[in-house]
Amino acid sequence: MNSGKDTIAAISTPLMSGGIGIIRISGPQAKFIAGKVFKSQHGSLDGLEGYRALFGKIYDGGEVVDECVALNYNAPASYTGEDVVELSCHGGVFLLKKVLSLILNAGARLAEPGEFSKRAFLNGKMDLSQAEAVMDIISAKNSQALRAANAMKDGALSRKISDMRHLLTGTTAHLSAWIDFPDDDIPQVETDEIKSDILKIIKDIDALLSSYDSGVIMREGIPTVIAGRPNAGKSTIMNLLSGQEKSIVTDIEGTTRDIIEETVMAGGIMLRLADTAGLRYTGDVVEKIGVRKTHESIENAGLILAVFDGSKQLCKEDFELCKICESRASVAVINKDDLEKQIDESYIRKHFRYVVNICAKERKGLKNLTQAIAEAADYSELDASEGMLANERQKGCAVRAHGSLMQALREMEAGQTPDIVCVLLDEALSELFEMSGELATDAVVDEIFSNFCIGK
Amino acid sequence: MLFGEYDVIVIGAGHAGIEAALAAARLGCKTAVFTMNLDSVANLPCNPSIGGTAKGHLVCEIDALGGEMGRAADASTLQSRMLNRGKGPAVHSLRAQVDRRRYSEYMKSALESQSGLELKQAQIVSLDKTGGGWEVTTHLGAKYAAKKVIISTGTYLSGKIFVGSASFESGPDFMFAAKELSASLIKLGLPLRRFKTGTPARVHSRSIDYSVLEKQYGDEPPEPFSKDTAEPLINKVVCHVTWTNERTKEVIMQNLHRSAMYSGKIEGKGPRYCPSLEDKMVRFADKERHQIFIEPCGFNTQEMYLQGASSSMPEDVQRDFYRTIKGLEHVEIMRPAYAIEYDCVDPLAMNATLEFKDWPGLYGAGQFNGSSGYEEAAAQGIVAGINAALSVKGCEQLVLGRQTSYIGTLIDDLVTKGCSDPYRMMTSRSEYRLLLRQDNAEERLTPIGREIGLIPDKRWAAFLNRQELKRAEISRLKSTTLPPSDALNEILVSRETSPVSSGVKITELLRRPQISYSDLDKVDAGRPKLPPDIRHAVETEIKYEGYIEKQLARVAELKRLESRMLPDDIDYESITGIRLEAKEKLAKHRPKNLGQASRISGVSTADISVLLIYLQKRDGEAERADRA
Repeated sequence: MNSGKDTIAAISTPLMSGGIGIIRISGPQAKFIAGKVFKSQHGSLDGLEGYRALFGKIYDGGEVVDECVALNYNAPASYTGEDVVELSCHGGVFLLKKVLSLILNAGARLAEPGEFSKRAFLNGKMDLSQAEAVMDIISAKNSQALRAANAMKDGALSRKISDMRHLLTGTTAHLSAWIDFPDDDIPQVETDEIKSDILKIIKDIDALLSSYDSGVIMREGIPTVIAGRPNAGKSTIMNLLSGQEKSIVTDIEGTTRDIIEETVMAGGIMLRLADTAGLRYTGDVVEKIGVRKTHESIENAGLILAVFDGSKQLCKEDFELCKICESRASVAVINKDDLEKQIDESYIRKHFRYVVNICAKERKGLKNLTQAIAEAADYSELDASEGMLANERQKGCAVRAHGSLMQALREMEAGQTPDIVCVLLDEALSELFEMSGELATDAVVDEIFSNFCIGK
Repeated sequence: MLFGEYDVIVIGAGHAGIEAALAAARLGCKTAVFTMNLDSVANLPCNPSIGGTAKGHLVCEIDALGGEMGRAADASTLQSRMLNRGKGPAVHSLRAQVDRRRYSEYMKSALESQSGLELKQAQIVSLDKTGGGWEVTTHLGAKYAAKKVIISTGTYLSGKIFVGSASFESGPDFMFAAKELSASLIKLGLPLRRFKTGTPARVHSRSIDYSVLEKQYGDEPPEPFSKDTAEPLINKVVCHVTWTNERTKEVIMQNLHRSAMYSGKIEGKGPRYCPSLEDKMVRFADKERHQIFIEPCGFNTQEMYLQGASSSMPEDVQRDFYRTIKGLEHVEIMRPAYAIEYDCVDPLAMNATLEFKDWPGLYGAGQFNGSSGYEEAAAQGIVAGINAALSVKGCEQLVLGRQTSYIGTLIDDLVTKGCSDPYRMMTSRSEYRLLLRQDNAEERLTPIGREIGLIPDKRWAAFLNRQELKRAEISRLKSTTLPPSDALNEILVSRETSPVSSGVKITELLRRPQISYSDLDKVDAGRPKLPPDIRHAVETEIKYEGYIEKQLARVAELKRLESRMLPDDIDYESITGIRLEAKEKLAKHRPKNLGQASRISGVSTADISVLLIYLQKRDGEAERADRA
């Protein structure tokens, strides 16, 4: 947990295709930090009276990112009771994330779940009767974050982090065992070996950070798969979202054999949309290849649009799809709203957080669909296919782990003693654990006992 | 009828019990310590040494708090080495081979000469709660009353020894086991469980061929543990090193089924860090050889300890495999190696004061709490003794935070995380290890010991004097600039670091890893003559300054969380917003403050935030009720 004295920031409006999105900055440095990225011709935030607004622009270095209105609150007359600046930007999800990223780089810390409310309460801005509500907010936001973390459990990012953690735990345990058991015939830790391990991890973190910074998602969109049993209406939905005929739409099951890709905007979010062959058990060789490809692309997707035929009962393929989607960022799309409903919608709701009913053929329900996509995409928080960092919190961990490792390298170069190097490696390891919300506590000690033969 | 009434009763006069009894008596409590055999006070039934990595830190900390272990070790040192000299001052750890008879004699005498302390030979067979406190009963039927009781039964409690297929009830070193007490503790409701440990054989010195073995000498001059030790120490013995080989492995593997461990007779959980030799062969099968140290058990005995070769094999197999080892071809076993199983308690049932949460006035210390090692035991003993005494006096009890010491880290680990095998201290267990060094142990703990009343005036004056010398020298170094000179550059170049062309601050030079304080003796003209320990402390403080500051910042954050106390009567089940897993863990561990809560695995940052709000709300409601 963090002390209440630093300055925190977060996007405080729901991430969807609204017209406006607000980033809230709260804490003693709020004006100073906002002033680093927000400039206005009409004056400066510094010394501005409370409840005054300035119109200006958000800059990334010399480059204008967005136009923006900054609203100033002076402590204690604000929601949190601290100095607060709210930046109202244009509402696109990626634009907001970009601005938030700039604010965090300027020195703010990403707010923990419910932290604005927590501060408001602790600063006496709410009365006791509201305490339980605040506790609920914190826990709700936290379980939201946990769901996002769970969604990444099987993803490529999680594998990458776990590989790094594994390597670093091994290196740290070896160094610690060598320090803690000097008489136990532990092979001397070769400096070059540690260095090469550290360099490898640094390289991996660099790759993660650069994929984050270059905003692959922003440029290329979230890899999104439209999946479902044959003829559920996947291609129609694809065409609906993209606004043009890309897939061949027929009434014959299995028409789509290859995966068709298309980049579309939906709910202010760029999607790299792939229409797949239907999930179907088939003897047709060509279609079999298509089905296999479908499974691969589902595995790698950042977002799944699971399409169900509302006019039919759930079948084996549907159940399988529900299972696949359970721990993933996904939207259940129940199509063919125009026909009589046969599907067991309550079963689907058990497996999906977002469920929308549409009629793709008649372009009905498009708005609900795009909104659900925007919300689900925010939950996905990451590009599972490419092992990219999901959010600012993880990026912060990566940056700090990187810093500790670089320092460990420098200290080793300078001939510093192993006790210091070992503490720096420990710090980096804690950050790598923190990335997936875990405690590092006994990892090194356990590793020592399982890998080294020590004792009387 | 009552035979006696005391403020504090300590059950067991091992390393934990001794420190507990001495601390309580020194703080003015009428104290009795019971041992089953007066000749086994402060016995070292395993290795004849005190200290080692992280353990050396513990001994220095016990000394700084006003404990006895450091002085006893110094008084019986046979050989002493500072381990990890090349690995950085934070992990320098002192270890001394000691004369075990002399050690035991010193401690017995310390107990005997302590006023207000009675040393008694008796086996305690039951412990009962009374209206005002506790009552213990001896095997002879005598009853004694006490306000506070400290249990430090070591491996005696329902101890059982295993040698191959033979097994029998026994304490360490084939002493009697304490049998009845377990039943009494279970009746009280204490969560007892079974742990296991082991020790190697003692062999006759004349049967060892030292001519073929590598020698290991002590440091010259040896350093003492205690700041009270003024007499220079002398290395009196040499240790030796040998190795197991392919044949050793053959003998062990052929007879594995005859080992007590592998035939499934032992149910207790053994320590992961000190496996028996057969365990090493099985678990680390591809390791060709294992190191064995040959250490004397005393100055006036021929018994030698074989460190690294503990076993639960039958005696004939022990003899056979020991005899495959170079230098031990004709070895004569005096005491066979054995494994021992014993009752101990789940430390999660205790507060960081070492008082049981559900049994006020009852404390536990040492192996009884699930730890392993003499030093770990003594460290808990002194804390339990201090707290029993403070509680008798109605004062607030002492909790040493993780940031203050290895003692605090050890206790915090035990009572917040618990342990599933005997807990051994290691430097890697402390996240603040750059702050927790042997060289600053007294700076960290002597003021606390003084405030409690364990530091006599003379020691306090000497401490203040050392602090002043250190402070003055650090401030002198910080304000001293050395002019560039040939003499200086010669030193710098000889240490493979770059020469200087203009004036340079001494502190800047000292921050270069290659340059030591002593290196600059010749060029630093204003340097006062200082004792070696102060020179070392000064050097470390300057070299580590940046890191020390960084760790201190983390300490400040920890303190903030630790200052938010969690009342005993919190019903976690009823708090909305805490996840189920966290609720269960919190209810089980019952942390005393938010800091402890945050270290329990399964409790997230968000859970801590919710708890913080909950506490605030609770305080506010209480305040409102007061006003109304």
